[in-house]
Amino acid sequence: MAKITLSNLRHSYLPNPSGPADYALKEIDLDWKDGGAYALLGPSGCGKSTLLNIISGLLVPSQGRILFDDKDVTDLPPDQRNIAQVFQFPVIYDTMTVRENLAFPLRNRGVAEAKVAQRVAEIAAMLEVEEMLDTRAAHLSPDNKQKISMGRGLVRDDVNVVMFDEPLTVIDPHLKWKLRSKLKELHQRVKATMIYVTHDQTEALTFADQVVVMQEGEIVQIGTPVELFERPQHTFVGHFIGSPGMNILPAVVEGGHVTFCGHRVPVEGKVTGSGGVTQLGVRPEFVSLAETGIPARLRKVSDVGRHAVVETVVGDTAVKAVIEGELPEQGAEVHLVFQEDQTRLYRDGWIATEVAS
Amino acid sequence: MTIELKGASKQVRGITHIKPTSLVMKTGHFNVLLGQTGSGKTSLIKLMAGLDPLASGQILFDGEDVSKLSTQKRNISLVHQFFVNYPHMNVFDNIASPLRVAGMAKSEIEGRVQEAADILQLGPMLNRRPQELSGGQQQRCALARAIAKESRAVFLDEPLANLDYKLREELREQLPELFAGRGAVVVYATSEPEEALLLGGETALMNDGVVTQFGPTAEIYREPATLAAARVFSDPPINAAEITKTGDQAKLRTGVSWALQGAAAQLPDGPYTVAIRPHHVLPVQNGPDDVALNGIVQVTELSGSESSAHFQMGSDGWVSLSSGVHPYQVGEDHQFFMDANQAFYFAPDGRLVA
Amino acid sequence: MKTENQRAWFFVLPVLLLVAFNALIPIMTVVNYSVQETFGNNVFFWQGLDWFEQILRSDRFHAALGRQFMFTGLILAIEIPLGIIVALSMPRKGFWVPVCLVTMALPMLIPWNVVGSMWNIFTLPKIGLLGYFMNDVLGVNYDMTQQPISAWVTIIIMDVWHWTSLVVLLSYAGLVSIPDAYYQAAKIDGASPWKVFRYIQLPKMKTVLTIAVLLRFMDSFNIYTEPFVLTGGGPGNSTTLLSIDLVKIALGQFDLGPAAAMSLIYFAITLLVSWLFYTLMTKDDAQ
Repeated sequence: MAKITLSNLRHSYLPNPSGPADYALKEIDLDWKDGGAYALLGPSGCGKSTLLNIISGLLVPSQGRILFDDKDVTDLPPDQRNIAQVFQFPVIYDTMTVRENLAFPLRNRGVAEAKVAQRVAEIAAMLEVEEMLDTRAAHLSPDNKQKISMGRGLVRDDVNVVMFDEPLTVIDPHLKWKLRSKLKELHQRVKATMIYVTHDQTEALTFADQVVVMQEGEIVQIGTPVELFERPQHTFVGHFIGSPGMNILPAVVEGGHVTFCGHRVPVEGKVTGSGGVTQLGVRPEFVSLAETGIPARLRKVSDVGRHAVVETVVGDTAVKAVIEGELPEQGAEVHLVFQEDQTRLYRDGWIATEVAS
Repeated sequence: MTIELKGASKQVRGITHIKPTSLVMKTGHFNVLLGQTGSGKTSLIKLMAGLDPLASGQILFDGEDVSKLSTQKRNISLVHQFFVNYPHMNVFDNIASPLRVAGMAKSEIEGRVQEAADILQLGPMLNRRPQELSGGQQQRCALARAIAKESRAVFLDEPLANLDYKLREELREQLPELFAGRGAVVVYATSEPEEALLLGGETALMNDGVVTQFGPTAEIYREPATLAAARVFSDPPINAAEITKTGDQAKLRTGVSWALQGAAAQLPDGPYTVAIRPHHVLPVQNGPDDVALNGIVQVTELSGSESSAHFQMGSDGWVSLSSGVHPYQVGEDHQFFMDANQAFYFAPDGRLVA
Repeated sequence: MKTENQRAWFFVLPVLLLVAFNALIPIMTVVNYSVQETFGNNVFFWQGLDWFEQILRSDRFHAALGRQFMFTGLILAIEIPLGIIVALSMPRKGFWVPVCLVTMALPMLIPWNVVGSMWNIFTLPKIGLLGYFMNDVLGVNYDMTQQPISAWVTIIIMDVWHWTSLVVLLSYAGLVSIPDAYYQAAKIDGASPWKVFRYIQLPKMKTVLTIAVLLRFMDSFNIYTEPFVLTGGGPGNSTTLLSIDLVKIALGQFDLGPAAAMSLIYFAITLLVSWLFYTLMTKDDAQ
């Protein structure tokens, strides 16, 4: 297990990059603790897979260094980095049995047979695949195949980091949930440093202690699931995390006060900076319907069982709210209240309010 | 417009894929087919689309028997989970192709394509080929083709399954508006309970080639007729455990017991299964009637606004889902509280009894 | 999931008719000849299974069959591994891919009889480049018109030259369909190049290799034109393969009855061995 440091990392797929637009990764600096569970989250093309391949050694960065426990591994090939990777599609050695698949990485490294048998038994127990150890891997269902791919990663006890590249893509939706729990459980048991790449917020937030949100080759925020949810540093994070995402509303700042469609809205604390495009950010979970407040019309109500998502319109701006209990009729005139300590101002996309102390 | 199935079934080489099914799907709202992979959603859609022959029964469009009509003559649209477009045609020609086949006048084709493209924000991309589009745009192109055609029925077979989740969210929101007022019966297959709820309308729950329940989506969610239906319609999975009823007391195998209320109290004594959704099992007590459950926390999950804990109680695994952040320690003994008033009770044969 | 549709039969019908005309009718004619004796003028005498018995007991047939199996065995043993090796060493992407593919395909584009003539001229002592080189430069006594060994070496090399490309192209198609993730996983698992071949490339090429083996078996087992043009079955009978022998009996001696019986036996052997290959090579998947 190891601590991972990425320093001043940049990567371009072009031989002679000229502007920032040519870079798939722009200036990445990161420090990952030994034994942590991390996620790289972002939409397709945000550079998360590039970053993953650089860490695993399948790609050499145009610039910058990668350190495992302060040892520079930038120029080492994948097999000398002591890493494990689980891919989007399960990679299985079809002609081998499950047992042989799990033993493969150990036997390749000349580990003694007694030790191999012991590790395989341990991992099989952990993954609950003991009863299929002697079946041919080719005959397994996709979720079991993916479990075996994970097992091959975990079977070595000298791995520095285990990486997952959207590992649940081919798994049936009703099984995703189980595998997700399994992964989390595995991490809590083996305490290996794990990096999980995905575009799915639920997978990322469920798995990771720390989530790195990426957009267009840049890190926009690093934080715990709670921090990302409650205090997004950027409107992109607010929008991308949460379902539905944060309401991002046009706002005017005058004399330190924030107004939205002519209504004064109290925000969490002091407004910082000046100029730029200002927007108000408040999550639907922190918008409630009340007797007084910002007048709005109810456009749509979707009952999702444990709560309802309502879409209201203020002027011509849509504002969503998540509410529980009594549901008003569609088309009703309502009033909205934004919870003050969860309402923030963003300037050119970046947060521009301070937490009130 | 309506689609009516009268005892429609499907067999392939003697194996029944769809058991005789009767239901009526109407226009004006989404008709959702909800079931896990392999439950028969796609098979049912293929029957209605005329891609597979019926083994028995009839399919009626607006009262007219179309069982013997070929797919081409049924005037339907089908949008598949994978993005199916003609790779050698640009977006305009892709959307226009079914209209050209129908022999529509050139000027009308242009109008319709333009309209469909505008609704789906494909206007600037009409001259591009599918492979130059992103996944979301490709699927929007397939949807635009379905809209422009103005068919009698539109079948959407997990159309969002292969899209990034944010895109999925956006398109899912637009879909009901796209088809509103077009007169076509819209059938939407999905495996995600939340998607069914968000789309509203009516839902047919499918399990093993059988439509187990059909009706307004929210109603089915609140009153699943069978334990299987309740399981299909819950994510994370519904908690289910065996109980024994004696008098007005329900007792879990672990010994925990509580007083039954209302209809449940009137049931004859005997074994039942209690089922309760994870968001009614909370880490804090909310009411005086809450039933305390002691379990060992196995796995915890955090998704920003919600925390969930999987805990083991005797031989049963339970899940709790609560809003906000709750700090659990894996392996700790934790007390959870079940709101027993929200529980379903099923007879041993799986029927909902209270 | 397969779509069941009775109308599909209508689309198959023309193919069935075509097969009936160009396969079944000729075969039935052959069956007809094989059980009768004729002296021309459409006069036939019933002969029963005599011809079959005669052929199966004849030393000449056994010898030809033996040569045939030896030829097919040798070329399979050379072409399959060689084809795989060449495919493995070809580039997977970039400018050289189309160049390699076209070069590989070239020998297959040449008509059979031209291949025979080409190699004939090429290997003749004094005249041919190879013949001259072997005899006059290396001093090896090489003359495929005189020595059985030289004749055999020549027809084998000729077939390898002509048909290894087919194995290469099929194996290559199998290789390029392997996703990168497999190679990356193998790198991470620390697998040696041999293990990558044994556990990733070979299993993934299996389907196409089955096809390659079957095609090469059937083609080589029925080969006629090239060896006939090259050696005419000689020197002596040393390269008289089954098909060459068959033609000698049918057209050289005009023994239509024995020739018909022989071709049916020939057909049955081809069918049987093909079936054996197929069953053995697909056995694992059926489990």
